[in-house]
Amino acid sequence: MSDHSITRAEVEHVARLARLALTDDELDSLTTELGAILEHAAQVSALDTAGVPPTAHPLPLVNVFRVDATRPSLPRDEVLAAAPAAEGGRFRVPRILGEAP
Amino acid sequence: MTVTSTHTWETVVGLEVHCELATVSKLFCGCPNEFGDEPNTHICPVCLGLPGSLPVLNERAVEYALRVAEALHLRVPARSIFSRKNYFYPDMPKDYQTSQYDEPITIDGWLDVDGVRVGITRAHLEEDTGKSLHVGGGGRIHDADHSLVDYNRAGVPLLEIVSEPDIRSAEQAKRYVDELRATLLAVGVSDVKMEEGSLRIDANVSVRPAGSAEFGTRAEIKNLNSLRSLVHAIEHETQRQSALLDSGARVVQETRHWDEDGGRTLPGRSKEEAHDYRYFPEPDLVPVAPTDEMRARVRASMPELPAARRARLIEAWDIKDDDARVLVDVAGLADYAEQAVAALKAGSAKDVANWVRQDVLGYLNDRGLSPAVLTPEMLADLVGLVADTTISRGQAKDVLAESMAEDKWPSDVVRDRGLAQVTDLAQLTAAVDAVLAVNGAAIEEYRAAPDDKVRKKKRGFLMGEVMRGLEGKGNAQILSDLLDARLA
Amino acid sequence: MTDAALSIAADVRAGRRSARDVLEAHLAQIAARESDVHAFNLVTADDARERANEIDAAIARGDNPGPLAGVPIALKDNLCTRGVPTTCSSRILEGWRPPYDATVVQRVRNAGAVAVGKTNLDEFAMGSSTENSAFGPTRNPHDLSRVPGGSSGGSAAAVAAGFASVALGSDTGGSVRQPASLCGVVGVKPTYGAVSRYGLIAFASSLDQVGPFASSVSDAALLLEVIGGHDSCDSTSIAQPAPSLLDDLERGVEGLRIGIVTELTDTDGIQPDVKAAVETAANALTDAGAKTERVSVPSTMYGLSAYYLIAPAEASSNLARYDGVRYGLRIDGADVADMNARTREAGFGREVKRRIMLGTYALSAGYYDAFYGQAQRVRTLIIRDFEHAYEQFDVLLAATSPTVAFELGAKTTDPLTMYLNDICTIPSNLAGHAAMSIPFGTALPVDAPGGTPALPIGVQVLAPAGGEPVMFRVGRSIELAAPISSHLGGSGT
Repeated sequence: MSDHSITRAEVEHVARLARLALTDDELDSLTTELGAILEHAAQVSALDTAGVPPTAHPLPLVNVFRVDATRPSLPRDEVLAAAPAAEGGRFRVPRILGEAP
Repeated sequence: MTVTSTHTWETVVGLEVHCELATVSKLFCGCPNEFGDEPNTHICPVCLGLPGSLPVLNERAVEYALRVAEALHLRVPARSIFSRKNYFYPDMPKDYQTSQYDEPITIDGWLDVDGVRVGITRAHLEEDTGKSLHVGGGGRIHDADHSLVDYNRAGVPLLEIVSEPDIRSAEQAKRYVDELRATLLAVGVSDVKMEEGSLRIDANVSVRPAGSAEFGTRAEIKNLNSLRSLVHAIEHETQRQSALLDSGARVVQETRHWDEDGGRTLPGRSKEEAHDYRYFPEPDLVPVAPTDEMRARVRASMPELPAARRARLIEAWDIKDDDARVLVDVAGLADYAEQAVAALKAGSAKDVANWVRQDVLGYLNDRGLSPAVLTPEMLADLVGLVADTTISRGQAKDVLAESMAEDKWPSDVVRDRGLAQVTDLAQLTAAVDAVLAVNGAAIEEYRAAPDDKVRKKKRGFLMGEVMRGLEGKGNAQILSDLLDARLA
Repeated sequence: MTDAALSIAADVRAGRRSARDVLEAHLAQIAARESDVHAFNLVTADDARERANEIDAAIARGDNPGPLAGVPIALKDNLCTRGVPTTCSSRILEGWRPPYDATVVQRVRNAGAVAVGKTNLDEFAMGSSTENSAFGPTRNPHDLSRVPGGSSGGSAAAVAAGFASVALGSDTGGSVRQPASLCGVVGVKPTYGAVSRYGLIAFASSLDQVGPFASSVSDAALLLEVIGGHDSCDSTSIAQPAPSLLDDLERGVEGLRIGIVTELTDTDGIQPDVKAAVETAANALTDAGAKTERVSVPSTMYGLSAYYLIAPAEASSNLARYDGVRYGLRIDGADVADMNARTREAGFGREVKRRIMLGTYALSAGYYDAFYGQAQRVRTLIIRDFEHAYEQFDVLLAATSPTVAFELGAKTTDPLTMYLNDICTIPSNLAGHAAMSIPFGTALPVDAPGGTPALPIGVQVLAPAGGEPVMFRVGRSIELAAPISSHLGGSGT
């Protein structure tokens, strides 16, 4: 069975991708835990799936559409009332360091 | 002594054009697809990505994508799916964008630009993001104190059109965009206004030694807000890369931003981790499998495309390519001109085209097309008045101006101001004779003229006097013949 | 004894009982035992009273409030309820009030039901014991030292303890059936797409379904008829109305072919009493005229592995939106990315973080094909194996949970140990098929310290997509044959 253990550096990288500010303890324990889970999950590698298509949707539905027409939007006040921070009718966030990809 | 290599560098450009589709509602929900309203007034659980919300695909967006496929000769595979493009950014309500990745709705097309075929790799559907305003630091993202996000635009349908790297110059890139815009406008899927963001362009630019078949490393240039920026950015980037390579350095594959003020591209400052979008099939949407019936309906509703329309007008109206381009490129202008031509009682389509191109265009721009005031029929009236010599072309300009200012038919202006040209032979002959009778010296100078230039000048003086005597209303052609006969 | 929904609704419509009286009886039960059981994150007593009064007023006017008239219902706290806090038992959504109702919430309300509260769950529906809740675990009403199962432990316990007549939960890998089994109530996972997911806060989109809890098969059928059927707000919802289930419920099983899935009944991890219960149920069905025999559905053995790649992958994407920008918890940071990371670190519990990390990794560059891609192909194999089985059988039988309820804290040290609770239920989610758990007897836990009461066992019926009608018939027959201990349904002692 192939080795699917994960390294601490990989865990750190994944945490950045997932926007999780994990503590060192968490990084350590996750390295172990994820390794064990991946080892178990890697059992799927054992199966011969040559020529087998993936199932992304269990339902055989296609072409589900809606008519191009407007429906009422949410009242802005109600939505912004739930916002952690708002200013001038917009959601306020701390400065954004990078440009959008 | 350092030796620098001096290749001739060939520019290679591929363009990614994002076009906002002019549907009534957003791609996955019923919020209005409208520009410019108060922030966060067109949002709902779906486009705000609230917990528990689910997308439902707008059928008109699919129809528009299929129309573009017809216009750009793209293939439509039997089925396509949506995929999630995962990354964190505050203008993204779900922190993933529902887009299309490995199974897009259309692929493998092309667009002819000035006789050169530019390949189009794909055109796919995706949702737009919200917009951020940066506060503090002069409005620029890097020096901001904080940012403010408006999600009105989030979920607006986009068609991303990706060209092959077949473009070889900044000018050709501009022409490609011109042609693409005209096409998208003609098939009615977008208003393609760069200034409103309904058309956005990213350019992938690289250079390679002239004659080479391999591609160099490319840089992606973003923040191109106008065609001018596009041209300058490509030119600048080509120079930058060429200089780098000439000095022995390498081009880095990266995203760069066009700095309009500085006239240069600058490296982007995105987060250090390379973007791993972790694409996977969107589980909340089912595949799109365009039926024969859907495609037939789209084909039946296709309008005449720009290239075809230009060719037809050039042939039928005997006009030049430049004029045909203006007519076809400006939304509604060709329709206007064709309606005027249909209403002509005298005069040629070429006349109409010239009038539209030169005098009417500016006026229509100010008022918006389909003016209640200068209708195509009224233009036809004006052209007819000149063609049947009721007025001279010189007079016609004034009549047009007055017609537009007073909201009057040109015929009515001519009648009310008594502007009709004098064409009566006896009257005109008398006018010529009257002038010649008191300008003997000028006649002598004309006959004694040493060269054509002087002769023309003298003749012009006499003609001017005749016209003055007729208050400008003499038919120029007849007078010219009469004068020549007398002076002979 | 849990008050049956069918009789409540009939009595209320006929004026024999008032909705208000029914409600007060349930609120009294909540007052008596909720502090021990902790089934709820929030009891909405005032709203419920107002609603009950409305139902009674409608009856007085001569109106028919609907098939669930006056029926007290508990709603899992991952179902959006407009204006009422919906937390997914997570700190990151603590206090968040949705501006809209989930479709199923609207449907039960329009049918006359009276919502008594939002029930506890494993955070974001990730877990099999309700111990992953940020607000404390729910306890099994049959034995307060034990788990009710998960992730819909609160809903299962609410019905078992008589706090509500019926409840709604969600099932992604067994999260309705397994707690139903552990709490001795009926739990159903409908065919994927049979019930709208609009307003169900997503865990794994291609696996999630809202499902009913009830004290009887007929009540579960009633509830499923109400919530099921096409919803234009959900693109993955089947374009048909809910099938009629109550009418054919008593048709019996004469002539039906029933297969006992060996991989989900006979494997080592399954407690002998549980396996015995499945066989007893099968024998009863044979006595009632069905043909039963063993069948192998080989790929189901890989279900757990495939699931723990697919579900976390989809979850990692579904939970990205919890970033402190638009709603919920925000922990400030030096810049927005820092704010996102601190917020999510503080707002998510251990298991949620674990699965987000797992899912992000499974989708990441270089690993997609080996993990997520391969898991989706294994999913196809599972579907094919089931199709093969359904050529010979009308429904299948299996255990629901490998064991009866385990002690709080018994399986929390090693995630894999907890994941193994789902081996019998996961395959149906992967296939998109229907499945239900019916209480069938009790047994002592294998780790029984002295004085432990016998705990409920659930027997699982599996059916192909759209097979609810035949599945419910079989479920009803099993219910009729169940030992007396299962018919106590409700509150336990």
